[in-house]
Amino acid sequence: MSRNEYAIQTRDLTKDFGSRRAVNAINIGIRKGEIFSLLGTNGAGKTTTLKMLSCLIAPGSGTAELLGRDILASPQKVKEIIGVSPQETAVTGHLTARENLLLMGGVFGLPNEVSRRRAEELMELMGLEKRNDQTRRLSGGLQRRLSIAMAMMSDPQILFLDEPTLGLDPAARKTVWDYIEKLKGEKTILLTTHYLEEADTLSDHIAIIHEGGIIAQGTPRELKEHHSALKTVRVLCEDIPAGCAEELRGNDMQVTVKTNELIMKTPAPDIYRIIGVLKKHAVTIRGINWEEPTLDEVFLKLTGGEVTA
Amino acid sequence: MKFVKLADRNMKELYRDPVSMLLGLVMPLVMLLLFNSINRRQPLEMFSPQHLTPGVVIFGLAFTVMFSAMMLSRDKKNAFLIRLFTTPLKAGDYIVAYMLPFLPFALMQTVVVFAVGAFLGAVYQNLLFAALVILLTALICSSLGMILGSLLTENQVAGAGSLLVTMIGLFCGAWMDLHMVGGIFEKIGYAIPFAHAVDVSRAALNGIAFAEYSPSFYIVLIYAVVLFVLAILAFRHAMKRP
Ligand SMILES: Nc1ncnc2c1ncn2[C@@H]1O[C@H](COP(=O)(O)OP(=O)(O)O)[C@@H](O)[C@H]1O
Ligand SMILES: [Mg+2]
Repeated sequence: MSRNEYAIQTRDLTKDFGSRRAVNAINIGIRKGEIFSLLGTNGAGKTTTLKMLSCLIAPGSGTAELLGRDILASPQKVKEIIGVSPQETAVTGHLTARENLLLMGGVFGLPNEVSRRRAEELMELMGLEKRNDQTRRLSGGLQRRLSIAMAMMSDPQILFLDEPTLGLDPAARKTVWDYIEKLKGEKTILLTTHYLEEADTLSDHIAIIHEGGIIAQGTPRELKEHHSALKTVRVLCEDIPAGCAEELRGNDMQVTVKTNELIMKTPAPDIYRIIGVLKKHAVTIRGINWEEPTLDEVFLKLTGGEVTA
Repeated sequence: MKFVKLADRNMKELYRDPVSMLLGLVMPLVMLLLFNSINRRQPLEMFSPQHLTPGVVIFGLAFTVMFSAMMLSRDKKNAFLIRLFTTPLKAGDYIVAYMLPFLPFALMQTVVVFAVGAFLGAVYQNLLFAALVILLTALICSSLGMILGSLLTENQVAGAGSLLVTMIGLFCGAWMDLHMVGGIFEKIGYAIPFAHAVDVSRAALNGIAFAEYSPSFYIVLIYAVVLFVLAILAFRHAMKRP
């Protein structure tokens, strides 16, 4: 792939806070129009990476280019093409939602006409169109949605979304992710999240960041395959004799017996063998469920930690 | 001209929070009326409307320090400023946008206090020159606000800001003649610009020749320039480490 197909390319991007290394020589390449997720536990270095890419803080060493614009050499030019939704909800309380959006249009120098139209679109999209009260009187969820919409006001080529769905209820989260999905192909999106499942379905590429360094990256599928996560077979059944579980166990297969349920985890389940063994023990099968490995498992295996915001 | 949009926002943020604004307007008026009623009982040149009005105007401007510092530190705290820092706005845009909104307020305060003063019997001569000194003092106050807001957190601003407003109130010489008090009060009062500003506006309003109070005027001018430069530096510092 030639270099200019990348919208974002970092070169050994590094940042220290005092003696603590927050981001350690990160190299990522994000193609134009793709959704790229940065996954990591609390304190992994996601926000710091985003802050360097959006020219908020200077890297200690290394650099990055956004559509050919270097973050060190021409921060002003970088700022013209990015939209940033900070991790915190960043709205101005005494203004209405519309005024907040128009303000963003204004500071990016959009013509008033364009600004007004985009504000209407975004308000409708985010379910804010009927709100004329000051933002400080809106619910946390609505403020959050407004904060994300503000990042999109300038119709930026590159969007940085730091934990965009943090603190949203499931319905609102869905709204946001649906919108992000719509932007796929049009905008280059770099987001951080701890909702692994959603990152899994949305992202073209994922990088797992741990203690400041990238420890794995690839498509969601690649990550799951390379890190040989286990597939799960659940069998709903009745009357499970002790010998049955014993016979299934072994050969990389973990077996858990629950009331009326057998749960088997293995890299490559042999479904015919499983059914054969169950038949032999005269087990009544009510249903079989097949689950692909989840990103959660990959993540847990690689970082040895729970995923938190 | 992008700063206009931000200035407009800051204006709304400020004027839609009428409680603090009211304080900045009502407090000086209360002081003016209070001392005026003392003056009625016990006539004292010090407390005559003619003498009092300029001092009350300068004292009223001190509230600007608090308002501007609070606004800036709040924007820092709730990440609104971080958001702005990712937009193409430049340092100069912020400086202007965060200082400009206080001018209409300062003007309103000044007009109201002068009007009430005139109603109570004050007579103004060189109003234009007094306005110039008041403008410089407003610049001093919003620069101080920028400096505090850039360097301190919201909680620290609440403390340091009130302290500064009290200091200005005490040492501006609006309620007492610092030369008469003497000692440390006089020294501190005339080391900072507010008492000078009060002296200059008083003299101008009484029609005294510029030559007689020019040193005080230049001190106010120098303070205004220096603090404005410091405000720019402080804000740039805040921009570098959000
Ligand atoms: N301004 C700062 N000063 C000192 N340390 C910081 C600062 N910002 C972040 N850190 C530290 O850097 C590390 C990475 O933080 P961050 O990028 O916010 O992580 P994440 O967004 O992945 O949760 C953490 O250990 C955090 O404590
Ligand atoms: Mg973070």
